[in-house]
Amino acid sequence: MDHFPTNWGRPRNDAYDAYGTYPIAQRPLNSPNDAFTVGIQHTQQPIVTGTSVLAIKYKDGIMMAADNLASYGSLARFKDVQRLHPVGNHTVIGAGGDMSDFQHIQTVLDELMIEEFSAQDGHNLGPAEIHEYLAQVMYARRSKMNPLWNALLVGGLKDGKRFLAFVDLLGTTYSASTLATGYGSHIAQPLLRTAVEGKEDTLTEEDALKIIEQSMKVLYYRDARSINKYQVATITASGTSISESRHLETAWSFAEGIRGYGAQTQ
Amino acid sequence: MTSIGTGYDLSASTYSPDGRIFQVEYANKAVENSGTAIGLRAKDGIVLAVEKLVHSKLLVPGANRRIQTVDRHIGLATAGLLADGRHLSNRARDEASSYRENYHSPPPLKTIADRLGLYVQAYTLYSSVRPFGISTILGAVDKDGPSLYVVEPSGVFFGYNGAAVGKGRQLAKTELEKLKLSELSTREAAIEAARIIYLVHEDVKEKEFELEMSWIGEETNGVHLPVPKELMEEAEAKAKAALENFD
Repeated sequence: MDHFPTNWGRPRNDAYDAYGTYPIAQRPLNSPNDAFTVGIQHTQQPIVTGTSVLAIKYKDGIMMAADNLASYGSLARFKDVQRLHPVGNHTVIGAGGDMSDFQHIQTVLDELMIEEFSAQDGHNLGPAEIHEYLAQVMYARRSKMNPLWNALLVGGLKDGKRFLAFVDLLGTTYSASTLATGYGSHIAQPLLRTAVEGKEDTLTEEDALKIIEQSMKVLYYRDARSINKYQVATITASGTSISESRHLETAWSFAEGIRGYGAQTQ
Repeated sequence: MTSIGTGYDLSASTYSPDGRIFQVEYANKAVENSGTAIGLRAKDGIVLAVEKLVHSKLLVPGANRRIQTVDRHIGLATAGLLADGRHLSNRARDEASSYRENYHSPPPLKTIADRLGLYVQAYTLYSSVRPFGISTILGAVDKDGPSLYVVEPSGVFFGYNGAAVGKGRQLAKTELEKLKLSELSTREAAIEAARIIYLVHEDVKEKEFELEMSWIGEETNGVHLPVPKELMEEAEAKAKAALENFD
């Protein structure tokens, strides 16, 4: 036990000043002072970011959607980024937050899937296992004060069981029949709940697509970090599929009357 | 092997006066005692087949596999000491995963064969270790198409169109030479592979054996997978029929 309160919380080294005889100002540097350890960078903030991801359960499986934008602050920097990613044959993950961290997650998952595949033991990972793995990774990274700055949705269908769950940069997890990340969790989640809850087993793919499209449209109107180009993933018994980019039709004529947006009248 | 007992065969780190390393040659003997393994490089894919000798009736069918998966697109079959094969396939997996980490692309088979060659060769250099008692057939479909390599206990590796190692390799090689491998589809190659394994087993005929077979090709989307049950059954039936006619 170090009995000198002035040393508490500081790195100590018994070889120098074991009894804390130096005045604080002159205390020797006891922390590692090689350039490399000092230079470790921790993620303090996201840089290039994606916004919301939406997902719902429906009759045949899971439907997930995310737009194609990666923002650099408020700048719409990359407009053709895919934020939905298939993992194996039964799972799709969708990411909001830092896109480079998301790319890293894709690499890590690919490595995991190859390791599992090489075992050739007749087992392969489904959405539940992938979600659990991601939750462990996300929590481990936040515990190192170096989180992967994402909110992820994991959706899938394996052995006839639908799976949909959330995990974020803190390692928080939850599951529901409709999920949304980021801005979508405020704007779209209530819409999705009204449209889906209680009807998970009756909604057709067509119905589900309508609900998703409507919610993406609302998000495009409301979310300044969104774009009118998005992709939809479905995970059904026949596997995963991610659509080509779709375009949202919106009308902005009402905005002309808004003070500060349209032509100034006063 | 008249030089046996001259004292130069106790360590892999000492040459005999005529420039041989006996421990490496003994390792080759260990390979020769093992069931045959063959590899075929067909028009659009690779087939690996192994004559797995079953030393006990009590073994669960399918136990002690000798074909391993290294990466999605790379398969590995060994002849020789089973445990050495498993160790080397683990090493191959590490090499493949490290290549992916460094270059963010699937490893070409040549690179993996090269690395495994270096690794196996290192075990011929020290008195404290023994050389690998296996010959390894590596097969893959990579960016340059199908490729097939064999790594020997000495650490040398060569590329082949058709490869055979283990007890029945001589007969297997003559059978492979008769095939027009570059015109065969992977499916046809699988049937030929089964036939050859049955044939070389018939030649030595001792214990029971299980046919173990995997393939990589267009039909598997370039992924290394066990040959599906229906094709396996077809190939085995044809192999048995061919044996009847052969007699």
